[in-house]
Amino acid sequence: MRSSVSYSRGRSIWRLLRGSPLLIWLSLGIVALTVALSVLGPILAPNATQNDLASSATPPGSGHLLGTDLLGRDVFSLTIAGARNALIGPLIIATGALVIGNTLGLIAGYLGGLWDSLIMRFVDLIYAVPAVLVAIVILGLVGGGYFVSVAFLTAFFWPQDARIVRAGTLEQRARPYVEAARVLGIPVWRIMLRHIWPNLLPLVVANSFLNFAVALVSLSALSFIGLGAPPGDPDWGRMLSDNRTLIFANPAASIAPAVMIVLVASSMNLIGDWLLEQLSARGRAH
Amino acid sequence: MFLVSRLAASSALLFLLSVGVFALLYASPGSAVDALLGARPRTAETVASIEREYHLNDPFPQQYAYWLSSAVRLDFGVSIRTGEPVVAMFQRQAPPTLFLVGYASIITMVFGTGLGLLAAYHRGTIVDRLVVLASVVGASSPAFATGLLLIFVFGVVLSWFPVYGVGTGVFDQAYHLTLPAIALASTSVALVAKLTRAALIGALEQDYVAFARARGVGTVRIILAYGFRNALGPILTSANLVFANIIFGVVLVDVTFGLPGLGALLVSAVSFHDLPVVQAFALLTGALIILVNLLVDIALLVVDPRVGFGRSAK
Repeated sequence: MRSSVSYSRGRSIWRLLRGSPLLIWLSLGIVALTVALSVLGPILAPNATQNDLASSATPPGSGHLLGTDLLGRDVFSLTIAGARNALIGPLIIATGALVIGNTLGLIAGYLGGLWDSLIMRFVDLIYAVPAVLVAIVILGLVGGGYFVSVAFLTAFFWPQDARIVRAGTLEQRARPYVEAARVLGIPVWRIMLRHIWPNLLPLVVANSFLNFAVALVSLSALSFIGLGAPPGDPDWGRMLSDNRTLIFANPAASIAPAVMIVLVASSMNLIGDWLLEQLSARGRAH
Repeated sequence: MFLVSRLAASSALLFLLSVGVFALLYASPGSAVDALLGARPRTAETVASIEREYHLNDPFPQQYAYWLSSAVRLDFGVSIRTGEPVVAMFQRQAPPTLFLVGYASIITMVFGTGLGLLAAYHRGTIVDRLVVLASVVGASSPAFATGLLLIFVFGVVLSWFPVYGVGTGVFDQAYHLTLPAIALASTSVALVAKLTRAALIGALEQDYVAFARARGVGTVRIILAYGFRNALGPILTSANLVFANIIFGVVLVDVTFGLPGLGALLVSAVSFHDLPVVQAFALLTGALIILVNLLVDIALLVVDPRVGFGRSAK
């Protein structure tokens, strides 16, 4: 087993990708499309939130590719504009989970002892909390909102990261290179961050894709219940709940965002699973 | 010893949960009196009656003790919105939800483990790939998205199933709740199938399976008695995850299909800031989740006696 395989260099990423199955290419394409839509949204769909009550809930057809919703807004434009909410929130949650989980995991795994038991009890506690259910209760009472939901979910998404990083750190700590670094008098935080962490990075990145998928599903669920994105915001979860009564008049109004949520979440999950599989094939993941 | 420590941990969690749920009273915006008054006019009499009823002038621990002693007798007070006892609301809305959860649990057990077994048995073939792909897509689809697609395909386009309503009588109810149950179960079927497949593949790679094969033990017996028995640990461990998922799914499915269940009760209570109803829901759900976790631990002990000695199944 080699102790470090660098995936960070462009060439090895390309080597990893070249042999990948069609499904992974497809997933990457969907993710790339979502990123493009969220960046170019205002240019591609400038009139997404413009009401036109004269043409309310029209079926797909001329002028409106996917028809209109109850307020006469163009569903196709709204779906494009909704990509931004589907990307930014989950990205913040996955990144936040990465930062919190990795910090605590590194400390627990490297320092061990009391730190380890304290942190891991805390991890077990947070892990046992059904985050979205608690979010419904708390956000429902104190008032929700898109970024409030994002912050709330971030606070509950990191335990898995902490567990993975702790396990990885425990394994790395026993290796000679860590011993060597310690003998050289390199400070503890530097050993953790610059020596151990880069070796765990591939695993952490793969896990972040899975986190992103769960975050997207949870966040759209909160918007669907009415606690996330406010009314009128272009948001896939919100669109679904606003337009579900139009299932006969214009089914596309609710089906388009439903399909987008499933497509993006599935793509992220497929990429994450595939990365983990590649890593474990090299004897890196457990 | 294992059981004692698990019981102690569960009791501690229950205590934390009840304090947290009671503290919701003070977490809502405005004062506790405002939260409990709701839309009622604020007069000296109403304030006084609220203060008396909830013992708001006593210190916090005492208030909590009063509240808890009623709560354990399932007395959660009256709804702020309707003035109806909270228990009565739960009793009215529970039947469709219990039916739905039972239905979805059966689907999850049968199809989740079934598909997992199928995939593990046909490992590496197209069957396996399809199950894996389906489980990834299923796990990525929130119940409201699945529900909506089901309504569109089987309710609107094909008209095989009713789109709204819960039906009367067992068969009519089963007919009405089939699409909601599938929507509710889809995520858990995916989770259980994925876990069953992984656990079974792990178990079938063990030496004792190779030896059993060499002895000429039949395939069915190998899968069920050697593979499944040993895969049961990881599958059971997922039960609490699946359970939390189903409760959350009930909320989404109730809204999607317009069902008058407990999920709908929670959503309306939350949007009307109907605190006693929300508290009852949070306490009961939390207690149920803690109970399920405890039962899973006990079941694990039965399935794999090594667990009790501080060693994991793997």
